[in-house]
Amino acid sequence: MTLRRLGVYSAAVVIAAWVLLPLVLITLAAFSPRDTLYEWPRRIIPDHFTLETMLFFVRSAGVLPSVLNSVIVAVLTIIVAFLISAPAGYALARYRFRGRDAVNLAILATKMFPATVLSIPLAVAFIRWGLYDRLIGVAIVHATLSIPFVTVIVSSVFVGISFELEEAAMTLGSSRLQAFLRVTMPMALPGLAAAAIFTFVLSWNEVFAATILTLNNRTLPALIVNSVLAAGAPMHYRFAGGFFMVLPALIIILLIRRYLLTLWGVTVR
Amino acid sequence: MAEITLKHLRKTYGKVVAIGDLSLDIKDGEFLVLLGPSGCGKSTTLRALAGLEVLDRGRILIGGRDVTALPPGKRGIGMVFQSYALFPHMKVADNIVFGLRMRNVPLTEQRGRVAEVAELLQITGLLDRYPAQLSGGQRQRVAVARAIVMQPDVLLMDEPLSNLDALLRLHMRAELKRIHREVRSTTVYVTHDQVEALSLGDRIAVMLEGEIVQCDTPARIYNAPANRFVGSFIGSPPMNFLSGTLRTVDGRLTIERDGARIPLPPARKVTAAPVDGTVLVGIRPEHIEVTAAPAPEAIAGRVVVLEPIGAQQLLTVRVGGDTVKVTTSPEFQADAGEQIWLRFNPDRIRLMDAHTGAALLS
Repeated sequence: MTLRRLGVYSAAVVIAAWVLLPLVLITLAAFSPRDTLYEWPRRIIPDHFTLETMLFFVRSAGVLPSVLNSVIVAVLTIIVAFLISAPAGYALARYRFRGRDAVNLAILATKMFPATVLSIPLAVAFIRWGLYDRLIGVAIVHATLSIPFVTVIVSSVFVGISFELEEAAMTLGSSRLQAFLRVTMPMALPGLAAAAIFTFVLSWNEVFAATILTLNNRTLPALIVNSVLAAGAPMHYRFAGGFFMVLPALIIILLIRRYLLTLWGVTVR
Repeated sequence: MAEITLKHLRKTYGKVVAIGDLSLDIKDGEFLVLLGPSGCGKSTTLRALAGLEVLDRGRILIGGRDVTALPPGKRGIGMVFQSYALFPHMKVADNIVFGLRMRNVPLTEQRGRVAEVAELLQITGLLDRYPAQLSGGQRQRVAVARAIVMQPDVLLMDEPLSNLDALLRLHMRAELKRIHREVRSTTVYVTHDQVEALSLGDRIAVMLEGEIVQCDTPARIYNAPANRFVGSFIGSPPMNFLSGTLRTVDGRLTIERDGARIPLPPARKVTAAPVDGTVLVGIRPEHIEVTAAPAPEAIAGRVVVLEPIGAQQLLTVRVGGDTVKVTTSPEFQADAGEQIWLRFNPDRIRLMDAHTGAALLS
């Protein structure tokens, strides 16, 4: 028993370190003075902290517009994804219909498709459709990536809300739509909000599609990747950019972590 | 206030027949209980009546109005669900007033009616609470209040007491009877509990496999079951069934079994003749008398066990290949294996066809 517990704890420590160590290092570096980052031997903890590095990053050309782009893309992603996933999730949760299992399987199957394979045809298609280098184009791809997740989460949220409640509302004079809006919706709202935030993080962090499909209207990750790969951005820009990227996801996951756990708990069940 | 007519209802789920061909008339103000084992179609019937299930065919009339195609909200029904189905994100008062809001009832009237039903169900002190803060019995009361505040023509209840513990169930059963007397809505009540059915119903419709087997007053259902199933489903312990032979001896119908002859009262007639004289003799445990000495009309048996159950004792007797349950007085004493004789009250005997199980005796 104790041996087993030891095993569990050491596994937990290793996994936590795996996730936390880069975060800690990148955070320290982001608040170190520029010179410290180029010193040799490298110091892990700087002798003093400064905002200078972060400010340099934020003031760099294209960063603020690309932050705005990222936010717009994320919001568009949420809208597009929910337009499709919310009804799909509701249907999967409430109805037994022909092909229901096939739809469930298809949702999983999309996750098996490597995006890399699709990238060139997608770029070509987007150029033809006039979606290339436009934020809505990126949002559509992000929505495609997030729809499987959102559908699964949304359907688990609706499964958790008894259909009998809607039926009760209907016997009390509501139409089906009113029953949904007045009874199911208010109860589903926290879960749906969590799904939306999840989608936001997914879109905010997505690099691959954003890099391939944009040229001038870069989202933040695409801009950073481009600066680093093509322009060879300096160390402190990289660390500050990395920290800036991680920040929203960290804050949001921290805020909704309990909710996400219960969500996935429901999904597993 | 309204009478209900169900005409040839049929409902299937794929190949499973939930309701075969069900017709039933329910009188205005009546308390009708749909009783049957799980899967007999009673809940489906109730949900069809509520408009929550789409029928394959058949028509439903409430107060002479054909409501078959109407949505649940336009049928003039109120429904109490087994799970209560209270809206967890609304306070008790908002739960109760929900239907009135949907109907755009004026605010002052809303308040008055909520206060009135809250009084009737004794939940006035709970109006500011959320359903999660209530006990099972209180939730039950709120669910009933929410249904009857609509002043429905028809009140539908789907096993409303099955989630309560035994003592509370007993109490709420009496409460429901009182509320029905005050509200006087035509009530259709689904249950699998025969005691609930006997105590609440003006009439009971016993269902099996999507059909109504017998629909009658509780007394008739109990004393004159239409077939073997009804007899063995109603009563605790249920009716005993033994095989026997029906003969006419000296112009009187007589049952023979293990050498015993039980002549039936001359007034009793067979409605249909059994194929080869073999019948099932149905007799309730309380209509059997135990004697220590043999008699021509007494059937011999051996005691298996004697169980005291408070006001009575329950005696299990082995009669040939059959097991018979007898209720006896608390003073009765017998040892296991002891030979005894059972005397059936001939007025209370039911005869069933040995093959179909249908009642043969008037």
